[in-house]
Amino acid sequence: MKFKKLINYSKKNSIFILLIFFAFYLLLLADAFAINVNRTVLPNGLTVLHSENHNLPIVMVTMIIKSGQTREPDDKAGLANLTAGLLNEGTKTRTSKDISETIDFIGASLNASAGNDYITVALSVLKKDLNKGFEIFWDIVLNPIFPQHEIERKKQLIKGSLKQREEDPSFLAEKAFIKEVFGEHPYSRLIEGSEETIDKISRDDILKFHSDNFLPNNSILSIAGDITQDELIVLLEKYISEWKKVELPERKPLKFEPYKNKKIVRIDKDITQANIILGNYGISRDNPDYYAVTVMNYILGGGGFASRLMNSIRDEKGLAYDVHSYFAAYKEAGYFQSELQTKNETANVAIDEIIRQIIKIRTEKVTEKELSEAKSYLTGSFPRRLDTTRKIADFLAAIEFFNLGLDYDKKYTDYINSVTEDDILRVANKYLDPENYILVIIANQSKISIPQ
Amino acid sequence: MRKNNRIKIAIYSFFILLLLIPVTIYAADVKEYFLSNGLKVIIIEEHKAPIATFQIWYKVGAVDEPMGKSGLSHLLEHMMFKGTKNYGPSELSRIIQKNGGTDNAHTTKDYTTYFEILPSDRINIAIKLEADRMKNLLLDPKEVASERNVVMEERRLRYEDDPQNSLFEDVVAAAFKVHPYQKPVIGWMSDIQSIDLNDLSNHYKTYYSPNNAVIIIVGDIKPDEILKQIKSEFENIPHTEIPGRIKSIEPEQKGERRIILKREAEVPAVMLAYHVPNFPHEDSYALDILSVILSGGKSSRLYQSMIYEKKIAIDASADYIGFSRFPHLFYFFAVAVPDKTPDEIEKALYEEIEKIKKEGPSENELQKAKNQIEASFIMEQDSIYMQAMKYGLFEILGDWKLIDKYLEGIRKVSSEDITRVVKNYFIEENRTTGILIPAKKVNSKK
Repeated sequence: MKFKKLINYSKKNSIFILLIFFAFYLLLLADAFAINVNRTVLPNGLTVLHSENHNLPIVMVTMIIKSGQTREPDDKAGLANLTAGLLNEGTKTRTSKDISETIDFIGASLNASAGNDYITVALSVLKKDLNKGFEIFWDIVLNPIFPQHEIERKKQLIKGSLKQREEDPSFLAEKAFIKEVFGEHPYSRLIEGSEETIDKISRDDILKFHSDNFLPNNSILSIAGDITQDELIVLLEKYISEWKKVELPERKPLKFEPYKNKKIVRIDKDITQANIILGNYGISRDNPDYYAVTVMNYILGGGGFASRLMNSIRDEKGLAYDVHSYFAAYKEAGYFQSELQTKNETANVAIDEIIRQIIKIRTEKVTEKELSEAKSYLTGSFPRRLDTTRKIADFLAAIEFFNLGLDYDKKYTDYINSVTEDDILRVANKYLDPENYILVIIANQSKISIPQ
Repeated sequence: MRKNNRIKIAIYSFFILLLLIPVTIYAADVKEYFLSNGLKVIIIEEHKAPIATFQIWYKVGAVDEPMGKSGLSHLLEHMMFKGTKNYGPSELSRIIQKNGGTDNAHTTKDYTTYFEILPSDRINIAIKLEADRMKNLLLDPKEVASERNVVMEERRLRYEDDPQNSLFEDVVAAAFKVHPYQKPVIGWMSDIQSIDLNDLSNHYKTYYSPNNAVIIIVGDIKPDEILKQIKSEFENIPHTEIPGRIKSIEPEQKGERRIILKREAEVPAVMLAYHVPNFPHEDSYALDILSVILSGGKSSRLYQSMIYEKKIAIDASADYIGFSRFPHLFYFFAVAVPDKTPDEIEKALYEEIEKIKKEGPSENELQKAKNQIEASFIMEQDSIYMQAMKYGLFEILGDWKLIDKYLEGIRKVSSEDITRVVKNYFIEENRTTGILIPAKKVNSKK
């Protein structure tokens, strides 16, 4: 991205928005392709990212509210998720049905969801219905009233779906794994919370969570598509001129001791396949080793058919349909996991092979070919991360949230290309643990022998 | 499906979600060519990102499999990644990935699709590799044995251990007694096990020929250059005779078929399936709109009634499988709130059906559904992959130009059309009903 120009917008009837957009260009591979990005911070503290593109008559909006499950009290886990889920269930002037009718009638979509670190509200709308779309979008963000009967309804629905997901062995495995790996940290919980904690959440809790967190200076607004800067300014003035900044309390990452001993969790279920997760505590997104870890994991199990795990466990041994490894790097912490499903009878062979591959990448240097292929994939696939308007809106919001900088595309390539064989050996040793791992096995336990 | 990724099982019911381009509104510049060996090529320029997708669609799927060999098309799709005379097993994916691309394939009852997405200046790599495996596939006995195990694991993952998918599989199998739509794409376990190298080799030789395929390319490319490359790689592959297609016709159903599935599950589920005609039958447009009225968005009838008002379901949807080569099904699927019975869910679904028979949708509902369809195919054009998929699908149904016909048909649908099709097809005699009853098995814990 090149710093291009400074535009000073001071429209004469501007109430409070003195928009100073900094224009950047995300350069994709060939210099001919640049995504134009403007960034500004409004006087009320809202960060706005705007990428104008008139290829299709559509507009994609992604808003991040920088509060997720880390901002919930332990005994009210699920609060962020419930608050997000209730945004479109009633505002000062609209019922749940009014909102869904209006959105569906214009063929738009409007969804809010909570994650580990933040809440996302996303709107997809046709250009011709942009005004209507914006009107509803801001109404649910700023004016939700969280009616008691809607709270009850939503709670029942969430609890029902939690129960139904118990049918899914991979859900059970994931739930057990994060519980062990994150211990006391809020990341250890499901974003939905549990039946018990959901029941403890009151309407006041939700109202407070909303008023404490849905603040302009706690939010990022990212807009991509068929909308000009002038149009955007008019819309923002219309809908958020009353949205005021509130001082936020200082936020420190939560302190906790990650679990570092070996632990095996076994859950019995009448299924034909063992669902296995093996992993350990990992890294947060701001860890400088993130890029070396990315390259290392691509070679180990992140690179699909180019990865060692897939090559050995699927291609050579025919043990599983899917096997992969993954580093989840959140704002405050993260984990490493490798995951597969194999018939109960071959569970142990597969687990042994994962451990063997972890040991191998910790003790032997990766080959030059592996390293160069990993780098060329990771850098060469970057443009695909930005090949739709929706992806652009989401991407801009995420790089802002993680402070990656608007020159991230350029930096990313440099970071990846600077990783060496020694870096890989170093991060494999530092972040993969072949002894003190957490192993979760959801299976028909009578059909598998106990791993040592 | 070869890789366990996002597209996942959705591909089997993919047709319903797929909405179409009104060429009249946002016309893409479509270029169409035929090579001398019968291979059809469709090229669409789309310059918004430096990316292109290459897709090759073979007109072969589960319906073309011999008796006792269900899953053959799907296993062959897997084998297409296991090497040719020129490339070793999995080398193809490696080559695509190191060039920054991604590749995959999926098999359905009607067709098998392979695709690559690459930086557009490297799309020639996909052309070369796809041409190579159309003619040079190597079927190594060791690789076949290993991949068969992989597919059996895939079946365990998708069906054996998933109660709702099992119900779906059972209902479809009961709804068709004659037509091969009865068989699941992945195949029955014992059939998968019985597929050998000869079966695969025959299937490959019979159906993987240029005159049985369509190439679709969408992206930041120059059509003339691309066509030249395609000609040089594909035109030397000989045309072959494709055997006649199946002639099976599913006889009219004369009475409800009920399927009960008792297995470990947490909540009950109900599926209702009705035989209906496929696109471009004159009723297909009304059926398509009906599925949107019933389950397109939170304001739709099933959500409002079963999830919101009655609070008896955690999930309720309706899908029309209309974009298929032969007449297929329209089905309802509802998952109960934990303390509700399948009975309550089943009754509530019938109530919704009867309501439409009596009153029909309002003008507002009808317009809303049409708007949703139009909006979603404009949105879909945001992705070159989805755009290519759309053209490919219509090619399978006959011709991509049918897209126009579809949109025209959708616009003409009236409230009376909807009532008429509901009265005509949504009757007890034409229904296969499936009930999932959770049965907890207790295993002794060690």
